[in-house]
Amino acid sequence: MGVEGIGARVARKEDKRFLTGKGRYTDDMSVPGMKYAIFVRSPYAHAKIRSIDAAAAKAMPGVIGVLDGKQLLADGIGNLICGWMIHSKDGSPMKMGAWRPLAHETVRYVGDAVAIVVADSVAEAKDAAEAVVVDYEELPVVTDATKALEQGQPQLHPEAPNNLIFDWQIGDPAATDKAIAAAAHVTEITIHNNRLSPNPMEPRATLGIYDGGDDHYTCYTTSQNPHVARLVMSAFYNVAPENKLRVIAPDVGGGFGSKIYIYPEEIVCLWASKRTGVPVKWTSDRTEAFLTDAHGRDHLSKVKMAFDANNRIIGLKVDTVANLGAYMSLFSSAVPTYLYATLLSGQYDIPAIHANVRTVYTNTAPVDAYRGAGRPEATYLLERTMETAARELGVSPAELRRINFIRTFPHQTPVIMNYDAGDYDASLDAAMKAADWNGFAARKAEAAGRGMKRGIGMSCYIEACGIAPSAAVGSLGAGVGLWESAEVRVNAVGTIEVLTGSHSHGQGHETTFAQLVADRFGVPIDSVNIVHGDTDKVQMGMGTYGSRSGAVGMSAVVKALDKVEAKAKKIAAHLMEADESDIVIENGELKVAGTDKTVPWFQMALAAYTAHNLPPGMEPGLKEGAFYDPANFTFPAGCYICEVEVDPETGVTKIIQFVAADDFGNIINPMIVEGQVHGGLAQGIGQALLENVHYDPENGQLLTASYMDYAMPRADDLPSFKVSTSNTPCPNNPLGIKGCGEAGAIGSPPALINAITDAIGNNRLTMPATPQKVWAAAHAAN
Amino acid sequence: MAKITMTVNGRQVSGQCDDRTLLVHFIRENLGLTGTHVGCDTSQCGTCVVHMDGKSVKSCSTLAAQAAGSDITTIEGLAANGELHPVQAAFKANHGLQCGFCTPGMVMTAVDMIRRHGGQLDEATVRAELEGNICRCTGYHNIVKSILAAAAEMGGARVAAE
Repeated sequence: MGVEGIGARVARKEDKRFLTGKGRYTDDMSVPGMKYAIFVRSPYAHAKIRSIDAAAAKAMPGVIGVLDGKQLLADGIGNLICGWMIHSKDGSPMKMGAWRPLAHETVRYVGDAVAIVVADSVAEAKDAAEAVVVDYEELPVVTDATKALEQGQPQLHPEAPNNLIFDWQIGDPAATDKAIAAAAHVTEITIHNNRLSPNPMEPRATLGIYDGGDDHYTCYTTSQNPHVARLVMSAFYNVAPENKLRVIAPDVGGGFGSKIYIYPEEIVCLWASKRTGVPVKWTSDRTEAFLTDAHGRDHLSKVKMAFDANNRIIGLKVDTVANLGAYMSLFSSAVPTYLYATLLSGQYDIPAIHANVRTVYTNTAPVDAYRGAGRPEATYLLERTMETAARELGVSPAELRRINFIRTFPHQTPVIMNYDAGDYDASLDAAMKAADWNGFAARKAEAAGRGMKRGIGMSCYIEACGIAPSAAVGSLGAGVGLWESAEVRVNAVGTIEVLTGSHSHGQGHETTFAQLVADRFGVPIDSVNIVHGDTDKVQMGMGTYGSRSGAVGMSAVVKALDKVEAKAKKIAAHLMEADESDIVIENGELKVAGTDKTVPWFQMALAAYTAHNLPPGMEPGLKEGAFYDPANFTFPAGCYICEVEVDPETGVTKIIQFVAADDFGNIINPMIVEGQVHGGLAQGIGQALLENVHYDPENGQLLTASYMDYAMPRADDLPSFKVSTSNTPCPNNPLGIKGCGEAGAIGSPPALINAITDAIGNNRLTMPATPQKVWAAAHAAN
Repeated sequence: MAKITMTVNGRQVSGQCDDRTLLVHFIRENLGLTGTHVGCDTSQCGTCVVHMDGKSVKSCSTLAAQAAGSDITTIEGLAANGELHPVQAAFKANHGLQCGFCTPGMVMTAVDMIRRHGGQLDEATVRAELEGNICRCTGYHNIVKSILAAAAEMGGARVAAE
């Protein structure tokens, strides 16, 4: 592997700039003449807009302009869209209500944007925004998805009677019902998956620059996928044609899904830049982020799991209601369907599954993918159900899982997925050993002696990453392909640029992608630059989400490297008068195998560009591109174990240990993989113990709109983690990679809740398990 | 408007700003030092931490005018002669950062923490001291490890937790 190649624990190339304050985030960007935007937002969760009077605001100091939704409409800027078509089980298409970038008739959640104020300074823009008078006629409000489906509730969109967006199903209902009827035991449970706010530490921001000379737009934005942003803004929102729109996502301070989507602010700032004639920058404050960044989760599910007399699962029936908020965000429809219900087989051989999913509009912020996106919901549901079943059946949780593990691959589930490789016993064994599962009884007794309740819980998760292939996802309704692009440019002096359509916002691409090159050619990673995040530099790409950068993005790089290697060998063979099949590349040199003939890498590169002595007919230069469309998803899996101690007097839960044993396939940089797991675990533990987006059900006001009210995990809420991997390579991509970005957030919540419910002896507990809830559950009868 | 003079990263600077201007905005907008970040509105997240007369402060809850005459160090002023400060080096060696947004505040907090505690730092103390700094990427595991490693490097703290 070499010291910097595949598998090496290389420190990150990008760290120096972040550690010295030289990171370049969107809000750090400044251009001549730049002005500042503040959005006027609805204080009501549901209201008609009678009128907007901006006269006083326009007269205030420093104000350049105040623009509203009627002007936006008049200029032909289109509606925001959901890019994944789902059909209800009756065949009808999903009911997509209009989402205007600036509402001009109706506002549907607190924070819905109605106008933009552009001024010389942020402070002046804020002052003027206060002076914009919007006359609202309040309408009744509904925030709960189940309630919103009932007759007589407030209606959000005329297209969607009873707020139902779609009523979708997957699997075989008849076979599943039959299995349940024939079961020796049926475990029934209601599962609530709480609503979360992603909270990347960098708030969203955008800088829109219109250049009247060329009729050209530049958009700096906090995006995980700038090319998709350009495509959508061009093709659907009529901002500008693609050749007149450059989108740059520079350093981006975390995403976790929330920066996949194209939000109103990017569109409106670009449009406002043309309207006002000045570059317009907007930076979200944290309260705006809580109000308007797409939220995650918010499912309520009823589950029936059927077992035969040997404790084998024979059927699983799930009925889910998913809250999508006030509008359908870009991939919101895919999350509670193809990213969720297709994972309901988990690690288990289940012959019959049926899931029904209804998605619903409510007067809350749009809900879309958040780290894991559907897979945490599936995993929490399954692993809480398995734990509950184990308790009901009187079987140990590990034993019940082992009885039902899939052990032969490939394995076709009843819900589309075809698992390609895995070893679920291996991760379960590794986790139980690391957690000293067998020593738990003694630790529990010791804790009881101190008056504390100790519990242990596990979770065996599977996820699907690198969602693909494009033709398959297209047939399921995706509006885009899910391939990736790469270009490898070898400069005349032998240094290398790798252009990727993948995007790094914390994942460390500048290091790991360079490791692929170092591994292949034996050149130092410092001679390799990774270029990403700019539509003028990288032609096209699909960005980073769903743990796809390794499995899909790196595979595209490998394909491009294959082509570069082939041409480099031809050049070297010609220079050394050898056969190209005899050329090997090692330690930055091209050698004729079995001889002492060598050409240094840089000399081969120079020869490609001087073109004085190339093989007959060969084009000069050394630059190759590739597109890679995977043959299948990848299927990371693992086992997580959590041990807790609950103080029965206070309900406070302390995490004693958290163990993660993952199967990620082959690993490029273990240090970075461990970091991804740590971060995912913290978010999953945050969901289980601390975090919850709470709307006032009476008026739709967001009650958790700051870090004073929304409990972000802090350092002293968390333990140090014990992480390990036991890997089975993925057979479907050239590197054998599965992906590691979301696993921690997917597998951890059920392990924690299983541990707490084990400790307190009461299975009725919802997330987040706050001290108040845990205390109440500990003191209630089961 | 106020005219303010202070020392920032060893250099005397002056600037005009609104009375209501926060120190973080003065540093970012007037001085162009964008390494100090704003991550919340409620003085909770700590991405804005700088040193004022040697002590860590949240520059989002300090008026620029309050800092007049003081000696400010920002993340840009920490590395000397092109060499990373031991805390910066420890964050790099231990993968104590991912997206980098909270990192300047984390590093400035850590430098002050190590100055105050020296060899007495242990994991529980580091976690308690990080109460005012939020990271969403790392789960804090490698931040804690980085700070303990830096403390050991700088003055003999207990061995970092693995």
